[in-house]
This record gives sequence, C-alpha cells and structure tokens, in this order.
Amino acid sequence: MYEFLFQTVLNALYAASYMALVAVGLVLIFGVMGIINFAHGELYMLGAYAVVGVYADWEYPYFLAVAVGLVFTGLVGIGMERGLFRPMRDNPLGGLVVSIGFLLILQALAVLGFGVRMEFIPPPTQAVIEVFGSDGAVLPLQRLYVILATILLLAALWWFLRRTRFGWALRACAQDPEAAALQGISINQTARIAMFIGAALAGVAGALTAPLVRTYPYMGHSVIVTAFIIIIVGGVGSLEGAVVAAVLYAFVHTFVTTFYDGVIADIVGLLLMLLVLIVRPTGLFGTKERA
Amino acid sequence: MPEARPTWWPALGLVLLYAGLVLLPYVLSYSQKEIAVFLVINVLLVVSYRLLTLTGEWSLAHVVIMGVGAYGSALLSKRLGVPVPLSMLLGAGTAALVAYILSFPLLRMKGFYFLIGSFAAGEIVRLLWKRFREPFGGPKGLKLIPEFPEIDIGPLYVDFFEPQNYYYFCLIVVSLSIWVMYRLERSPIGLTFHAVHWQDKLAEAVGVDTRKYRTLAFVVASFFAGLSGALLAHYVGTINPNRFNVEEMVFVLTWAIVGGTATVYGPILGAVVLTAINEVILRELGFEQMRPLLYGAILIASVMFLPQGLESLVPKVSRLFTGGKAAKGGAAEPAD
Repeated sequence: MYEFLFQTVLNALYAASYMALVAVGLVLIFGVMGIINFAHGELYMLGAYAVVGVYADWEYPYFLAVAVGLVFTGLVGIGMERGLFRPMRDNPLGGLVVSIGFLLILQALAVLGFGVRMEFIPPPTQAVIEVFGSDGAVLPLQRLYVILATILLLAALWWFLRRTRFGWALRACAQDPEAAALQGISINQTARIAMFIGAALAGVAGALTAPLVRTYPYMGHSVIVTAFIIIIVGGVGSLEGAVVAAVLYAFVHTFVTTFYDGVIADIVGLLLMLLVLIVRPTGLFGTKERA
Repeated sequence: MPEARPTWWPALGLVLLYAGLVLLPYVLSYSQKEIAVFLVINVLLVVSYRLLTLTGEWSLAHVVIMGVGAYGSALLSKRLGVPVPLSMLLGAGTAALVAYILSFPLLRMKGFYFLIGSFAAGEIVRLLWKRFREPFGGPKGLKLIPEFPEIDIGPLYVDFFEPQNYYYFCLIVVSLSIWVMYRLERSPIGLTFHAVHWQDKLAEAVGVDTRKYRTLAFVVASFFAGLSGALLAHYVGTINPNRFNVEEMVFVLTWAIVGGTATVYGPILGAVVLTAINEVILRELGFEQMRPLLYGAILIASVMFLPQGLESLVPKVSRLFTGGKAAKGGAAEPAD
C-alpha cells in the first residue's frame, strides 16, 4: 500500500513539473503584456513536434531535439509578440482573440505537416529507477529528466528575474509598464524577452514530455485547460502561485485519477477552479488584478 | 435634419429578403440545402450569443448550453415519449434552467474571469455527458433521436426529413426567435442591458439591479441557444459531447467577432459570410481540413483590421447606393 501511495506521489511530482513549466510561462506573458495567451497549449505542442521532427524523424540525439524545441518555440513566441500581441497592447479582449486565432493556425499547420495521427516517438531511455526494491514504486528515467529539468529551469528563471538587469526590467514592466517606460526600460524589448522565455518554457515542457504522452496536433487543448486552472488557483500574475498551484493541482488530479478515473479528475480540477473564482478570485497568491 | 426616408423601406427590404430566403432552396443542391439548414440553426445560435454579449459578458459556455437544449429535447422525446415540437420547447427551457443555475456562480465574475469561469462550467457539463453513459450515452452520445413528426392532413403532407421542408420550418422558428430577441432589445429591458454594459456603476446608482438584468440576458440567450440545439438534434438524429466542444465555440465566437455585435445583423452577416467562404471555397476546392487555418487567419485579420466587424461596412455600402445621403439606420449603437 505504501509503495502504491509513493508511486502515486511520484506520478504527481512528474505531472506537477511539466504543468508548472507551462503555467509559469503563461503567467510571465500575462504579467508583462496583460494578455492571456490561449495559444500556449499549442506552443507546448510545437515543442513536442520539434522532438518528433528532429529526434524521431531525423534521428538526431534526443537532447539536441529538446534544445531545438526550446529555441524554436521561443522564436515563435517572439514572432507572436511582434506580429500579434504588440498591435493588441491595451486591448485584453483583442489579444485573447488573436491568440485563439493563432491557436487554430498552429493546429492546422501541425495537421498539414504531420497529419492528425498520433506520433510514435521511440523512448530516448528505457531505464527505470526502482524505489523500495523490485516490486516497489518505479520512476522511469524519462520522468526524472522532466522533474530535474523543471527544477533547473525554474531556478534559472528565478535567478534571471531576481539577479539580472533584464529580470529587474521585466518585473518592473509587470508591476507598472508606464513607470518602467519612464525609467528608460524598453517595453517592447521586455515583452520580447518575456514572450521568448514564456514560449520556450512551454516548448521545452512539450519536448521533454513528448515521449511520455500522446503527441498529436490537438494535444495542446488539455494542456491549456490545465494551465488555466493552475494560474487561476495560484492567482493570475503570480509566478510562485503558479508553481504551488501546479503541485496542488497535480496531486489532486493524479490521486483522483488513480482512485476514480480521469474524467472525474478533470471535473474535480474544473470545480476547483470555479471554487477559487467564486471564493477568492485573486487566487491563493494573487494580490491585485493586472488589468 | 433626419432624412425623409420612406418608412416602408425596411419593410420592403425584409419582404425581398424573405422572398429570397424562400426561393433559395430551389437553386441549391441536396447537400447545399442541408448546409442551409445548419446555417439557419447557427444563425439562431449566434444571434442569441449576441444577446448575451449585450450586457458585456463573453461566455465560452454558449455552445454547451446549445448542447443542453439538444440533449434535453432528445432525451425527453426518446426516453419519455414527449412529442417532438413540445420536447424542443422543453429542451430550450432546460437550457434556460441550467443557465439560471450556472448564473449564481458565474455572474459573480466579470470580464476575463467570467470568460474562464463560463468555460469551466461548460466543460464540466460536457464532461458529465461524457462520463455518464446513463442517460447521456457517454462519449458516443445519443443516437436514433426521434425526428420531427411529419404533417399528414388530407392533401397536405410535409415530411421534415426532407432538408427543404426542415429549412422552412427552421426559418420560421428562427425568424420568430430573432424577432422576440429584437423586440426585447428595443424594450426598456434591452436598453437596460446596454446600460449595464456601458454604464454599470451609473445604472446601479439609479437603482438598476444589474445582477438581475445580467441574469435575464444570460437565461434568455440560453433559452434560444437551447432551442437551436433542439432544432439540430432532431434533424441530425445523433448528438455527442464533441459536437459541443470548445472548437465549435471558437467558430461561434469568430462569427460574432467577424460580423460585429453592435447590430442584430452583424453576427448573422458573420455566420453567413464565413459559412459561404467555408462551403464555397474550402469544400469545393477540397481544402476542408483547412477550415481552422482559414478561421484563425480571418479571426486575426478581422480583430486587427476590421475591429468593428463586417456590420461596420454596411452603412458605407448602403451610402454608395443612396448617393451618400443615407442616415445611419436604427438606434444609436454604442461604439466599441
């Protein structure tokens, strides 16, 4: 029984990791630009398809494919900032609508490029770490990669935001764009950096989990729903809240899935979000609404 | 000085429009007639969606609410043997009831939070259909939904399985529904909807119960969305949870945004133009799978270059025909 519980905890940790990567990126973009990026799940999908293309089709090393996924989605993010979100600044509804439009385009392009079928990705590693002996809990190495990469990337992001000038500029823009601009901070430059990081985090999450999940053009849908639940529960605009909420949601979802079933778990997650919206719209860690 | 435009002009326009709509099936092929049926149903859906947006809220649950009407009417007629025309009204009533219940949590929210909250609520309803095989049929949904009963009185025999007949039936139901919504908008209640949207603090200050009016708009819009779902269910005969997923919602959103929501005809224009583009260009040329690509591009282009929607072009076009003198028709619409 303890092994079983421990196994579920391990599963939840893995789920929390990639969900946190996606949600933190979404929060970062929202914080700096005030736009909710509905296409964020599709950036995750792009990262997964980078692995399909570079690793599964062209047979380059897996970690090179992950790096390509990170850079590629980051660049797509920069393109989105320039082409879609910059003209829509100060227009939250417009930004949201163009991101929905872009979501449809990215999905259609994935269908065009790879077809609607599910992609087979040969597992980069079959290794399994056994905890509590051979009949105890198991942690596939690929899942450990996801967990370690998340810790590494989030620590790097924290260092970047707290310890570098770019990071300060970024946080200043998130707090008050006008005041930041008056101090000589380029809002466009900052938005570009935030969009690169946010998109790249989603892409790297997709690239890392691609061998573990079903990779197909519409895989972003469940990811964006999960990310919304997390940022609402954590508080829109709070990076710490997103991480904590990701862990909370992953544990709730994984345990309900294990003990009941997946659809019930989805319903519970959505109910959790509705509950937070009703009782505490600012979320667990949110302070005030960033309009 | 207001222009002395003959008062019978709009009436003449409507008569011509309906003459065209009645004659339309005679120039269409069988499959195009079916598309026309779906288009008329979608027009009701998107016009009811506009009624909801009058109070300023953009819901992502509207297609699920349509589904509630479809499931409600299908289950009532199939399981309980309620006659189909009655079950349609009851299905629409179910949608209104569900909307009323959902309004308690949802209308505490505004703007982006309402959007996300309505999405969550809709998705929960949809997952319940998916999860509970009894009575909703699970992921495969409901099959063999009773069709609309044929009329067989003496020499008069009308089979509603025939797309052309169902098209006329839908046309009548949808026209009546739009007329009701139009009258509602022009009544003091409708003016209050506008006030709730554009001047909610002022409206509250003069004693308007804004929550009550937002609930009313939500429930009435949901009733007609449910009615459109019931019209759909008894025509196609089979419904499933995926028919009412968020992708369909995005299409409705696109019609409303591309058409514009300041006037009644805006969203209709959006639905008609996009469906025509979809059917004529994509289907004829064999790019059916590219529908999302086209919708995405059109959505982005219209927000960027035509933020007031297609409806904003109508006064310009009509000015061309009347030699630049046409006054803007209708009541002063608040600009977005």
